[in-house]
Amino acid sequence: MKKDLIIIGGGPAGLAAAIAAKEAGVDDLLVIERDAVLGGILNQCIHNGFGLHTFKEELTGPEYAGRYIEKAKELSIPCECGTMVVDLALSDDRKLVTVMNKQKGLYTIEAKAVILAMGCRERSRGALNIPGYRPAGIYSAGTAQRYVNIEGRMPGKEVVILGSGDIGLIMARRMTLEGAKVKVVAELMPYSGGLKRNIVQCLDDFGIPLKLSHTVVDIKGKERVESVTLAQVDEKLKPIPGTEEEIACDTLLLSCGLIPENELSTALGVAMNPVTNGPLVNESLETNIEGVFACGNVLHVHDLVDYVSEESALAGRKAAQFLTEGLARPDRTISIRAVNGVRYTVPAMLDLSRMEEKQLVRFRVGNVYQDAAVVVSAGGQELINRKKKVFAPGEMEQVILTKKQLSLIPELEELVIEIREAKQGEGR
Amino acid sequence: MSISTREFVCIGCPLGCNITVEHDEGQIKSITGNTCPRGAEYVTGELTDPRRIVTSLVKVEGGELPVVSVKTRTAIPKDKIFDCTRALRDIVVSAPVHMGDVVAADICSTGIDVIATKTVERG
Repeated sequence: MKKDLIIIGGGPAGLAAAIAAKEAGVDDLLVIERDAVLGGILNQCIHNGFGLHTFKEELTGPEYAGRYIEKAKELSIPCECGTMVVDLALSDDRKLVTVMNKQKGLYTIEAKAVILAMGCRERSRGALNIPGYRPAGIYSAGTAQRYVNIEGRMPGKEVVILGSGDIGLIMARRMTLEGAKVKVVAELMPYSGGLKRNIVQCLDDFGIPLKLSHTVVDIKGKERVESVTLAQVDEKLKPIPGTEEEIACDTLLLSCGLIPENELSTALGVAMNPVTNGPLVNESLETNIEGVFACGNVLHVHDLVDYVSEESALAGRKAAQFLTEGLARPDRTISIRAVNGVRYTVPAMLDLSRMEEKQLVRFRVGNVYQDAAVVVSAGGQELINRKKKVFAPGEMEQVILTKKQLSLIPELEELVIEIREAKQGEGR
Repeated sequence: MSISTREFVCIGCPLGCNITVEHDEGQIKSITGNTCPRGAEYVTGELTDPRRIVTSLVKVEGGELPVVSVKTRTAIPKDKIFDCTRALRDIVVSAPVHMGDVVAADICSTGIDVIATKTVERG
């Protein structure tokens, strides 16, 4: 089988990319989704707060996904559900996508272009090195979310949550509303990894305590979790002896970060960014392999699905451009160097001849900065200096570069993006 | 006159604006820090009549999934949240359920309907 464009993943990223590509004139495309239904993780995110940017209204996850699924149907975009991509390989400039499903078994599709939209997965207990017994009752927050919201089962009655990422906060409220007692949310860092609004509406609303600079140092119970022991940590994140507190519970939920799922990307030889664990991409969200694009949480983990949709539409448009008129080979590549508190940028480089009039550059900071500014400069010349009350690692930031502005700078090879503090920030 | 100030984090959208309200026993004197009108609406509501949209689940009989996700069509008073989720636990609907279907009208006498937020076909 041959296709012009294959989109791997039928979640919010894959759907938005497919819709944008189709609208830009790509007719011979296919979305491949391993779950039985489209929509990805949104299907289990039954809380509201999605779509404020995109639709100017507040939707739940399934409703937000529903809009894109309907649109894909309207545009007659073919989607293969229950189908798993098992390998990605290159043969000259063709991409060989090997897939498997119940009906057709194992087969290979040859594609001219591929959009990677596989999303991310949760960091597991094994990756966290939590000591103690290994009883039943320890779940990643997303697994618990699936049990509760899709399968209608409660994982436990008395809950401790480690990690204050958004899924952990959302699950604190969810479990509480379903009748469980959430005793505490513990966070290793001195700040929360989740959105502020979620701390207000998921913890404060229900009187659930958030213990910053705390971690789990022991889990007790042989068959089922009986208690977890929390301890405060010092500046080097080491537990402080004497601060241990044992909390009786039957369930421990882990919400300790998300990791982009890039096994397929690396199999193909896509160059990765060690900071994001996602592909290194240019202004077109194209990887180092021509015709292979990436978007959504497989590229870098987002807080907002609205931003995923926006980013993925760009990947779809650029893939369409690659297939129809051809994307010019990079001519004047400008690298974006992230320093002083900026951990990374997406894109990591851009080409003047290929960029759209406005280029969104998204980034995350590595610490909490108060009354600081994000500064973008070229050879000492400031292009952007935007002040903000608070920058926090849990909230993705952005700056917009314009083609016009960059074209005016002769011999531009590198942009530097950094956080400048007006006064000393807190933390390390 | 005794003007007091209260700090809020707006939950209207993920920006989470820090909003300061000066009020005199509930009479709002000033609102600062919001970046959109939604923020002013939110803090006014928090001072006078705090409300939340409630999202939860309702059991489904004969469906491809055992539960369907639901929400209150608009926000209900905050002190009715638990009454609402408790009431929803006793409701069973028959498949198929479609996105937007009313699964419980006028929940807990709030005048607000609870509607399905996804479609569950017969299974």
